[in-house]
Amino acid sequence: MKFNNIKIAAIAVLISLTAYNCSNDDDSKEPSGPDFSGNYIQEDQMARPAINTVFVSMGQKDAFNVTVPSNQGAAYQSSFESRLLALNPGYTTNALGMDAATFTGALATDVLTVSLDGTTTFFDGTNVLTGRALADDVIDVELLLIFGGPMGTDNGPVTSDHVDANDKPFLSSFPYLAAPHM
Amino acid sequence: MKKTKILVGVAVITVAGFFAIAADHIDAPAVTGGTNDITDFYAFQGQDNNNIVFVANVQGLLSPTATQNAKFDENTMIEINIDTDGDAVEDLVIQAIPKDGKMYFFGPVAPAQAGLMSTVRTSGMSSSVGITAAGANAVVATNAGKSFFAGPRDDPFFFDFDQFNAILAGTATGFNDPGTDKFKGTNVLSVVVEVPKTMIGGSGNINSWVETKRKQ
Repeated sequence: MKFNNIKIAAIAVLISLTAYNCSNDDDSKEPSGPDFSGNYIQEDQMARPAINTVFVSMGQKDAFNVTVPSNQGAAYQSSFESRLLALNPGYTTNALGMDAATFTGALATDVLTVSLDGTTTFFDGTNVLTGRALADDVIDVELLLIFGGPMGTDNGPVTSDHVDANDKPFLSSFPYLAAPHM
Repeated sequence: MKKTKILVGVAVITVAGFFAIAADHIDAPAVTGGTNDITDFYAFQGQDNNNIVFVANVQGLLSPTATQNAKFDENTMIEINIDTDGDAVEDLVIQAIPKDGKMYFFGPVAPAQAGLMSTVRTSGMSSSVGITAAGANAVVATNAGKSFFAGPRDDPFFFDFDQFNAILAGTATGFNDPGTDKFKGTNVLSVVVEVPKTMIGGSGNINSWVETKRKQ
């Protein structure tokens, strides 16, 4: 019994020494660390919420996921515009003053702009697309921009889903997301 | 007969298109339901205003039971891409790769090359963190002002997905008030990284996005 305890203690010490080496020693000279060799090929990507799902047609969804953002605008703007006008045939401009071509041009290059100088939000009434915070009601913002017209007052029944917050409160500190449902 | 079949086929495809709508959950045939399926991406200022937090979620709509068995895929790299000069081409990446119960992080570091193929930037090794077990307290690693987490969390996304589908299908004319959050009670696998702004451009705007890449 005792001997086993000593063995376990020895193993624990060994493990802790190894672990210490892994996390804090010179990174490039690990003699027996995990294998990180090889090539990794892209399969999925996203930036702004719901872009691929809403604006890309079924047959192009996989292709969109492996089109680099710098090529997305040229490849997808016109089909995004068709999709927008199919969703809302009465679209003229939206609350950001963007006509269909301008709005879909902005959407087709699917990157999330993030400000390093202050407030980060999808939209908070003042700041537009300066990031995406956990509590941002991104679906309402997108519904409003797609269906709400120039004043945000058109098509009232479809410009908010009336789900305004997450089912669990977020944390004020790292890792910010709520604990999982168990 | 044939024409009917074709029409039914078109209808099925159309309906499938309507139903595949969420943030990026189940967004495309090749990734839907896979370990590489990204559900959401967030980027926001941290509790410390000098930092930016990136959140990449994969494997959506996990029930509490499914969460017990959910695992990051050791052959899938989760790569956060950062464009610091406004051309929508990544100048920096943060790579996360799971091995033997730990998530290894590299970066922010310049990629070996931009685009669809990546190699692990081992020279940019940042940290590793034990993947938090379902139901356990969050395990957090810190290094050089950066913080790292990997493990199951509540899905932060909220949306009355079913009513939206009903509207598109023509069986409803508007949303209900209050709506019903389809994602209530479901979990995702999350990677959360907080980095000083000075490591990703310092000031002004960046563009960012997340990718999953499979080892060949």
